[in-house]
Amino acid sequence: MNVTGNAVRQGLSRGGTELRQVLSNGQDLGSNLVWLIGLLAPIYFLRDNMLAGTDVSVAAFVLPSLLSMCIGFNGLLNLAQQLVVEREDGTLLRLKALPHGMVSYLIGKVLLVAGMVLVAWVAVLGTGALLVDGLHLGEAGRWLTLLWLLPLGLLAMLPLGAVFGSLIESPRSIGLIMLPVFALATISGIFHPIAGFPTWLQVVAQVFPLYWLGLAARSALLPESALAAEIGESWRHWETVAVLGGWAVLGMLAAPVVLRLMARRESGSTMAARRDRALSRRAA
Amino acid sequence: MTSTLTAPDPVRTAPAEPPPVVRVSGLRMSYGTQQVLRGIDFTITQGQIVALLGPNGAGKSTTIEILEGFRLRSAGEVSVLGVDPARGDEAWRARLGIVLQSWRDHGKWRVRELLSHFGSFYRPYATDGVTRPWDVDELLAAVGLTEQADKPIAALSGGQRRRLDIAVGIVGRPEVLFLDEPTVGFDPQARQEFHELLRTLADARMTILLTTHDLHEAEKLADQVLILAGGRIAARGTVAELAREFGGEAEVTWTSGGRAHSARTADVSAFVRQLIQDGAEVDDLRVHRAGLEEIYLSMVAGEEAKR
Repeated sequence: MNVTGNAVRQGLSRGGTELRQVLSNGQDLGSNLVWLIGLLAPIYFLRDNMLAGTDVSVAAFVLPSLLSMCIGFNGLLNLAQQLVVEREDGTLLRLKALPHGMVSYLIGKVLLVAGMVLVAWVAVLGTGALLVDGLHLGEAGRWLTLLWLLPLGLLAMLPLGAVFGSLIESPRSIGLIMLPVFALATISGIFHPIAGFPTWLQVVAQVFPLYWLGLAARSALLPESALAAEIGESWRHWETVAVLGGWAVLGMLAAPVVLRLMARRESGSTMAARRDRALSRRAA
Repeated sequence: MTSTLTAPDPVRTAPAEPPPVVRVSGLRMSYGTQQVLRGIDFTITQGQIVALLGPNGAGKSTTIEILEGFRLRSAGEVSVLGVDPARGDEAWRARLGIVLQSWRDHGKWRVRELLSHFGSFYRPYATDGVTRPWDVDELLAAVGLTEQADKPIAALSGGQRRRLDIAVGIVGRPEVLFLDEPTVGFDPQARQEFHELLRTLADARMTILLTTHDLHEAEKLADQVLILAGGRIAARGTVAELAREFGGEAEVTWTSGGRAHSARTADVSAFVRQLIQDGAEVDDLRVHRAGLEEIYLSMVAGEEAKR
């Protein structure tokens, strides 16, 4: 039996099982979607406000941008958090003790996160179809853009999530990356077009992948008339692919090294020490 | 794997000592300036159960983690199944079983689900002689978790969780099994069953190394006991050998004419023979040889005093 094939198969089966566990548990599903509901609520109130200089509503602008937030949240924050938590609780060490266990672990996580993004996308697009006018949800060509955006966006974000998840030592420190990600979302044009921002801020936003994820999602769902609100009045697909691809390549170079260093440190006694710390925290 | 098979050379295949499954020589480990292991040597042959016994902080876990390939040693030679653990690949790892202490990982997985998932990792490593993985139902029965098979792991009791840890450790039918403090939190009944399970595994040629600070466990289970104190192996041997080697004189007590007597001697039979020959009226004769416990405690105390 092919060893690598088996590792991939076990990873997929692992991801499938974990996805089923999340989806069949109301509490888990809720905690994964609650932030999304918080972001979707304003859509309802903004459905009649028009975006200056265009004929689309603010709600129509924000909704596709939220699709990119789904990739950012799950790919970066959710993956990082899972790595930190599962390092503390010993999941990672267990997999490390199995032949090719770490590879399968990561494949499983990628599948789980991709599944969670899809679930979140269904929630966002469903809300859009029900509440927001002016979205082009019925055209097949538009869905094609979403189809390349999902894997490319995950490729750009997941390695970053893996790096942060390896570097953060305790689940309590996960907030350290939460705030910067929210700050980045604010300047990345998720809630408001950035064309009116100072140039230096626009440059900063365009260095990071979140802006481009949002731009691509808007290009998929908004009419051409919405271009008036974008930098250079263009969807800039090639630039999008270049920047996201660049992050993906950088991440894929860095993540395996960082992950390997992190995994190498794991042993029964480091686990036990972490468990004792966590238990004494709880007792204190 | 070599594809060409040559006819066995009758001279060379003459019965020889099988190579040891675990060989450690001059193993040293320091963290910063603190020396945890100061040069230890031992070998384990196939099918042996070896207990690494010592107080907390003696370096037991460090030793076992070096053998598992989870920790890099500072110096010395180590081989497990003929491979240096620092360079062990995944095929090597597939021949190892590691019993970890679980805490709350995989809480949502069901017992059977997790065992069959973990077992699947070993499927490519099955050989003509060894069926891998272990059949899940058989394994559940062997560790006494049949009734809990469909329970989520988070719902198991502490003892049941430890049984699951052991099942996870042996699901790939390893050639060598490492257990770090396996029976912490077991009640006497569970401990008894666990010891029987390990005996069965060893009878099936599995090589087992466990750490424990429980002397009675080592005494009951191990073919060979290594007492680790102060980063060195302070004593080794079977329990009987240790008692003979370190027990020194036995204490003989008896009553004679209503008075209690006691004497220490190295040769009990000669002493007693003499006693009877002398014509004394000997009642209530007892011989007390130092148990491993006393040896162990005095050894540990000696090491602590040296620090």
